[in-house]
Amino acid sequence: MSRNNIALWAMAGLVYSFLYIPLIIVVVYSFNDSKLNAEWVGFTFSWYRTLFHNEEMLTAARNSLFIAISASFLATTLGTMAGLAIHRCKLKVLPMLAFTPVAMPEILLGVSLLLFFLQVLNMTLGLFSIIIAHTIFCIGFVTIIVRARLQGMDESIFEAARDLGATPWQTFHQITLPLIKPAVIAGALMSFTLSIDDFVITFFTKGVGEPILPIQIYTMIKVAVTPEVNAISTLLMLLTLILIIIANKFDTRMLPGDSEK
Amino acid sequence: MEVNKLPDSTSNFTKANCFNKWLIGGPPFLFLLIFFAAPSLIMFFTSFRFPGEFGGLAPISPAMDGSSAEYGLTLETYEFLFSDILYAEIFLKTFAIAAVTTLICLIMAYPLALLIARSQKRFRNLMIMLVILPFASNFLIRIYAWMIILGPESVLSHFVNAILGVFGFAPVTLLFSTFAVLIGMVYVHLPFMILPLYTNLEKHDPVLLDAAQDLGANRWQRFWLITWPQSLPGVFAGAALVFIPVLGMFAVPDILGGTGDILIGNLIKDQFLGTRDWPFGSTLSIILTLLVLLIAWLATWLARPSVRQNS
Repeated sequence: MSRNNIALWAMAGLVYSFLYIPLIIVVVYSFNDSKLNAEWVGFTFSWYRTLFHNEEMLTAARNSLFIAISASFLATTLGTMAGLAIHRCKLKVLPMLAFTPVAMPEILLGVSLLLFFLQVLNMTLGLFSIIIAHTIFCIGFVTIIVRARLQGMDESIFEAARDLGATPWQTFHQITLPLIKPAVIAGALMSFTLSIDDFVITFFTKGVGEPILPIQIYTMIKVAVTPEVNAISTLLMLLTLILIIIANKFDTRMLPGDSEK
Repeated sequence: MEVNKLPDSTSNFTKANCFNKWLIGGPPFLFLLIFFAAPSLIMFFTSFRFPGEFGGLAPISPAMDGSSAEYGLTLETYEFLFSDILYAEIFLKTFAIAAVTTLICLIMAYPLALLIARSQKRFRNLMIMLVILPFASNFLIRIYAWMIILGPESVLSHFVNAILGVFGFAPVTLLFSTFAVLIGMVYVHLPFMILPLYTNLEKHDPVLLDAAQDLGANRWQRFWLITWPQSLPGVFAGAALVFIPVLGMFAVPDILGGTGDILIGNLIKDQFLGTRDWPFGSTLSIILTLLVLLIAWLATWLARPSVRQNS
């Protein structure tokens, strides 16, 4: 029995190393005083300094931030509505529309939106088209989280509110919304992370002239790799980590309510 | 009587709250209809059109200036796709890569998922969190990390070539190869296999294993006769979640692959951003969609009998 466990632990350790070593290497080399990601020369902050003087990179960061905030706001609003509607009304088409973009290969969503924007709407691609595209695939994630929260709740609370004479709007505003708030916030943070990290869909719906963070990173990787990429990667990882910790805090607050059932 | 009351009041409740179904369901429905359903239909329609002279699309109706440009609808792109052996090869290569990636992910994920499922409850969330965490970092960064590890000057490259040298083999380049593509694919998709497997394995009743042990089954028999068959729905769910995105992936072969590593995703990308042959790109996307649906259906179908067996 114990020999069995040791083998399992060893394999698990290998898998965890496989998951983490590459990321650790990226972080470590971001402090390396050498243009090559090969030999350790010495500790430096110079790649971060170059990064903060890179005008295009700063614009890209601003653009990405703007896209992520707009898309997560839109997706959270629409996704929460969809989650409520699906949970309450046993809808058939809306779940299909909301969940399919999450499940299918991203490239399909990217190229169909590219066609739609250029061919049907005849519009210039730019920040707006990216925001719409990101919203589409984030809606599904918010819907899933909000619906899961609703499913874990005791329906009699809403009934009680109604019996006490609350209008549907009052019930929503004073009972439903405060109860699903953790799920809504978790959904918003998740949408933000998904949007700021998305490469594939951004790649197809981006315009010319507006630098976007993942696209900048892609260009740097393809054209000239410098440890500047490591520096921006490290900063992005830090941002994601912080957001996940916050989201997780809201998520675990959801758990006590669920376990009471 | 008590039992009868319950569903009745629930349905009343549902009705009362559903009068505003269109109020809360309407906006997301419309948004998704316009920006998801409509573009998908447009893509389907585009696959039957002629490419324009300078990229994009040819007009649907005949040109006014009497030029002999092609117009209308056609099956040409589909004929073209099925007539050239090159495309069949790319589809086969993509399937092979997806299959091998899925298999490697399964072999790596299973022991870990099993260990997490059999750990004490208070450690489980942390262990799962540790699986999700790297997966939440930027997708390009995760691929880029392997550019460093597999690069010609990397420790790993030197090590591998030193060993190959001892046995008298010529040195190899790890980066820009199918091998690098496979590693990248596994790395990017591994959590998709671990999570459904864990969700399944966690639900297994340990009593069954104890009973088997009492009846004299050894470790391997217990695994192959009890744990493995029960876990098949998780295996198929994970397999679909890995296989499907790999089919459409273009970034991994683009960054880690060599000139020969062209998959369906790269082909589609080139039609839209390179040669600008939109109808052919749409045709490829439609075929990819059909393949994805087929695999999703297959995974659900395969998982079904064993679900029945359990219940």
